[in-house]
Amino acid sequence: MENTNMPKKSPFSLQVDLSKFEKATDEEKRQQDVMSESTTFFKDGMRKLMKNPLAVASIIVLVLIIGTIIIAPMVVPYSYSDIISVGGKRDKTAKNLAPFTYSKKEQSYMDETGEKLFPHIMGTDSMCRDYFIRVVYGTRISLVVGLFASILVLIIGVFYGSVSGYFGGRADLIMMRVVDIIYSLPDMLIIILLSVVLNETLSNTQNPIIKTLGTNMVSIFIVFGLLYWVGMARLVRGEILKIKSNEYILAAKAVGAPSGRIIRTHVIPNCLSVIIITTALQIPSAIFTESFLSFVGMGVKAPMPSLGSLANAAREGLQSYPLQLVFPSVTIVLIVLAFNLLGDGLRDAFDPKLRR
Amino acid sequence: MSKYLVKRILLAVLSVLVICVITFFAMNAVPGGPFNSEKALSEATKAALEKRYNLDKPLTTQFFLYMGNMLRGDFGVSLKTGRDIRGTIMECFAVSARIGGLAALFALIIGVVCGAIAALFRNKWPDRLIIFLTTLFTAMPSFVFATFLLMIFCIQLKLLPVWNASNESLILPVIALAAYPTAYITRLTKTSMLDALGQDYIRTARSKGVPTIKVIFKHALRNALIPVITYIGPMLAYILTGSLVVENIFTIGGLGQQFVKSITNRDYPMIMATTIFLAVIMVIMNLLSDILYKVVDPRIKLD
Repeated sequence: MENTNMPKKSPFSLQVDLSKFEKATDEEKRQQDVMSESTTFFKDGMRKLMKNPLAVASIIVLVLIIGTIIIAPMVVPYSYSDIISVGGKRDKTAKNLAPFTYSKKEQSYMDETGEKLFPHIMGTDSMCRDYFIRVVYGTRISLVVGLFASILVLIIGVFYGSVSGYFGGRADLIMMRVVDIIYSLPDMLIIILLSVVLNETLSNTQNPIIKTLGTNMVSIFIVFGLLYWVGMARLVRGEILKIKSNEYILAAKAVGAPSGRIIRTHVIPNCLSVIIITTALQIPSAIFTESFLSFVGMGVKAPMPSLGSLANAAREGLQSYPLQLVFPSVTIVLIVLAFNLLGDGLRDAFDPKLRR
Repeated sequence: MSKYLVKRILLAVLSVLVICVITFFAMNAVPGGPFNSEKALSEATKAALEKRYNLDKPLTTQFFLYMGNMLRGDFGVSLKTGRDIRGTIMECFAVSARIGGLAALFALIIGVVCGAIAALFRNKWPDRLIIFLTTLFTAMPSFVFATFLLMIFCIQLKLLPVWNASNESLILPVIALAAYPTAYITRLTKTSMLDALGQDYIRTARSKGVPTIKVIFKHALRNALIPVITYIGPMLAYILTGSLVVENIFTIGGLGQQFVKSITNRDYPMIMATTIFLAVIMVIMNLLSDILYKVVDPRIKLD
């Protein structure tokens, strides 16, 4: 036995024979250097997100689309609601032009004055309006609806879910039964129904906000606020319940951390990823719903375009002018695809359960 | 099990009730009664008509009267056509149910097959192709896809005739309706199939020398199908709402087209009846698929 020649002082004291040790060389010291920099949850997630080519491509597509809808109305000299006018006169010949072509009047005007008119990038529609600017405004509407509806869902859902999760017990039981019932309602039907009703009841209102937005937009938001938050509420409640029962919460409580600190440093950061991911995936679903409603004829008020109503209007001239359908449709698909892929990428990057 | 059943059925009944309440009171909140038409009626006639249709009674009484009539299968008459609503709904629903049923069948078969293929050829080209297509289809609203189908096959290529009463080519509407559910089921099957293939019982079966085909069909696929069952309810709901758009694009005289028509006509009794009818069907389908899910998989704990 090696230990026999050691003096038995105390079983807990270390008997170290210094002569058996040697000093570490510089090379060996360097091995102890921290190889990877310390990182935060957010930084780490972003690094992973940027490594995902699909997510990066979606971000680029979204940035391009958002850039276009911000810049285009400043550059393009046409308006989404007015007939194209040449030299101050309305040009009724500029009907259903093909992309990058000019009407007869525009052509002769250009020949006379030598001035170059701005091209119709996507042609014109059946009411002699520049189609590109209509698609741009339609995209604006669709994105704004998607974004605001998602924020609405975020606020209501997170609030309801966290209250239900924190208080637990009877309050939780009742609140979750309400969610169950709303969850089992066929959302699309209720949306259509409420839109019909709200349209009629709000149409005579003098409220300036409702007037500028149009009753259909307001009803879309109301419906989202009433129905769509339940998914988010369920998720947040589930997350909070799960986090509450974790050992690190117990550990934090055991070392005497106040509940405010536990909520700030443990509960919220762990919920955040789920909330962000769900919101990112909520946007395309809201855009879907809005375009569906517009397509059924209950979307934004004419002449304001949305991508759905543009596609719907293009159906009439489908045989002769299929491009008028292609442009808004492709835009919807691109936006929804980009948000879906970005949402997936965010989930892969930020979901703690998927971390290795 | 029976406890779960009772709870689930109660929830379904409650949902139906909520839907009826929302629909009824929402429709009654619309300003203007059914007799505010172009022709002005005398006060006496109006009062008589309101008495005839129980409109003079308080709203709650009207609600219970309406519910009572509805349970006896009487939805009232359409404001626009004056026809019995129940007859119209049944007639149109027969058309919608045929297309919807075919679409559901199509989605289930193609979705499961594609999902299984994607899982078996994981990270090889069939998998990549299938996942690319499903990603695309889940990002495409049904009306976009339906109009593109119509544009390409009926108008540009003239391969298939446009739907009309004498010429019932169901291929395009069925594909248009089934596109999204198919993509969803494919993804679902792929994930659960991958999960199933990684289980111990698959390894046991393989090490026992069970032929691969049998392992895939008997052990992996069977277990992978369980999550698909939960999707049947939402899928039917999606197909029903999708029919609103698809039937309009292909001009099929089903319930979807009838519903949209009644909205544009502001035919309130028709809107009310159709909403309740569709909603009840969706709730029942969800109920059935939930129960089926519990029956099929004994591992799921009932609470």
